[in-house]
Amino acid sequence: MTQATESRPGADAPEVNGPPKQSRFWIVEFYSSAIGKKWVMALTGIGLMGFVLVHMVGNLKMFLGRTEFDHYAESLRTLLYPIFPHGVVLWIFRIGLIVMFGFHIHSAYTLTRMNHRARPIKYQSPRDYVAVTFASRTMRWTGIIIGLYLIFHLADLTWGFANPDFVRGAAYDNLVASFERWPIAIIYILANIALGIHLFHGGWSIFQSTGMNNPRYNSARRGFAAGFAILVAGINCLFPIAVLAGVVH
Amino acid sequence: MSTTLNLKLKVWRQESADDVGAFEYYDVAVADDASFLEMLDYVNEGLILDDREPIAFDHDCREGICGSCSLMIDGQAHGPQKGTATCQLFMRKFSDGDEIVVEPWRAAGFPLVKDLAVNRAAFDRIIEAGGYISVNTGAAPDANITLVPKEAADAAMDAAACIGCGACVAACPNSAGNLFTAAKLQHLNLLPQGQPERLARTEAMVEKMEEFFGSCTNHGECQEACPKEISVDFIAMMNRDYLKAKLANRKRSGQKKFG
Ligand code: HEM
Ligand code: SF4
Ligand code: FES
Repeated sequence: MTQATESRPGADAPEVNGPPKQSRFWIVEFYSSAIGKKWVMALTGIGLMGFVLVHMVGNLKMFLGRTEFDHYAESLRTLLYPIFPHGVVLWIFRIGLIVMFGFHIHSAYTLTRMNHRARPIKYQSPRDYVAVTFASRTMRWTGIIIGLYLIFHLADLTWGFANPDFVRGAAYDNLVASFERWPIAIIYILANIALGIHLFHGGWSIFQSTGMNNPRYNSARRGFAAGFAILVAGINCLFPIAVLAGVVH
Repeated sequence: MSTTLNLKLKVWRQESADDVGAFEYYDVAVADDASFLEMLDYVNEGLILDDREPIAFDHDCREGICGSCSLMIDGQAHGPQKGTATCQLFMRKFSDGDEIVVEPWRAAGFPLVKDLAVNRAAFDRIIEAGGYISVNTGAAPDANITLVPKEAADAAMDAAACIGCGACVAACPNSAGNLFTAAKLQHLNLLPQGQPERLARTEAMVEKMEEFFGSCTNHGECQEACPKEISVDFIAMMNRDYLKAKLANRKRSGQKKFG
């Protein structure tokens, strides 16, 4: 029930983003809104955080030696075998990850466009920010670094064409061969620092985006984000360092 | 005793929205117990005496309650003092010899009118979309007939403190209007009187807001700039209510979309 107010040319509100999308399906309308996209970013973000955590824990097996590590890599293919055929459960996870990445990136892209539209003329004098962090200001850049790194990482250790010593199925040897080349090791370390920075802001942002706000635990939200970022990115950085230092060989 | 400050002002001047603007410099000597707006008044008096165009800026109550004043001062919305509207900012915050840069709010949702004045009609459209409760006329209800938990009343009052100045949009790197909208939404959504229209209101106000402003990335600049120190907690509540509004079976609860 909008109140009818007289509109005067030049005095009315401007046209910026256009009217909201109407659809028969609530989920389509929800995703077309910015707050809906933030929910999707947060939920896919949680899913991807779960993935990077499990991936990191799995990789700790490299400290147990070649047999353990290769056995772990193969066990991913035989998850829930024989209920599911060889490799099927792994593919279900992969498809889930691809879908989550797709929505995460699509909402990030669309919201970034919206934010640029919202301030076509920038401030002409320097801003004196109070609350922003380096991490919150660089989400889209750390995100792009993670995305590019992900493709490189697959080419290096899954598809193998970026790794001259690649042997299909020899997960442990491939990894050692790759990390022994120091430029590659540095790429891994830098990309994981970007991941840590992304998660430092993202890990706190999810609470706000999904309305998880309660005076009882609000003060712990920043700590959770910092702890998670340091845990995952820190240990991930340890892997190439361990190979370079000869601890894993 | 007040002391006199000699200041250099760098102020954005722009004839109209279609014009190109530029910074202009003014020297001003002002007592340190003047407010920031009084300081601009002195500058304008000088300009008028010189037959030059005075600087246009928004103001009304000058006591921090109307939300008319604005200004980006030295890169901060409403200037360097936390929890203070520009009209309540006093020159003693500055030192003799300072250069002070003054710019209008910059956001597509707040088109420039002239110099430092911008058009904040977009906020009115958001309020019109649902920032009210519907009350049937008739005999006055008994006082205290609707019980309100103390905590809910306190939280609603905190949200209701918003004066609609737009500093949250101005300070936000994305020009998001979420703090204003969340405050105007939650001061009603937290109270019993706000419940019947809660979901429809949430949907209508959020979607109206998104016609004008950017999206929230949880930087938290708005909360720091806000003269009423409205908390970003209300944004989290709004996000939760928006999902509920979309999920709810609005046919059954009798709520249709507003407007
Ligand atoms: C190509 C890869 C990626 C891109 C381009 C990307 C981009 C972004 C951007 C721009 C944001 C900020 C959104 C906002 O605040 O409005 C964001 C948030 C987030 N990202 Fe990513 N990201 C990527 C990968 C990842 C990965 C791998 C993870 C998890 C391990 C992740 C976790 C998160 C989380 C938790 C958030 C916070 C969501 C929220 O604001 O509620 N992202 N991402
Ligand atoms: S939330 Fe604060 S900064 Fe935003 S309009 Fe209201 S009073 Fe102004
Ligand atoms: S002039 Fe009314 S709040 Fe500043």
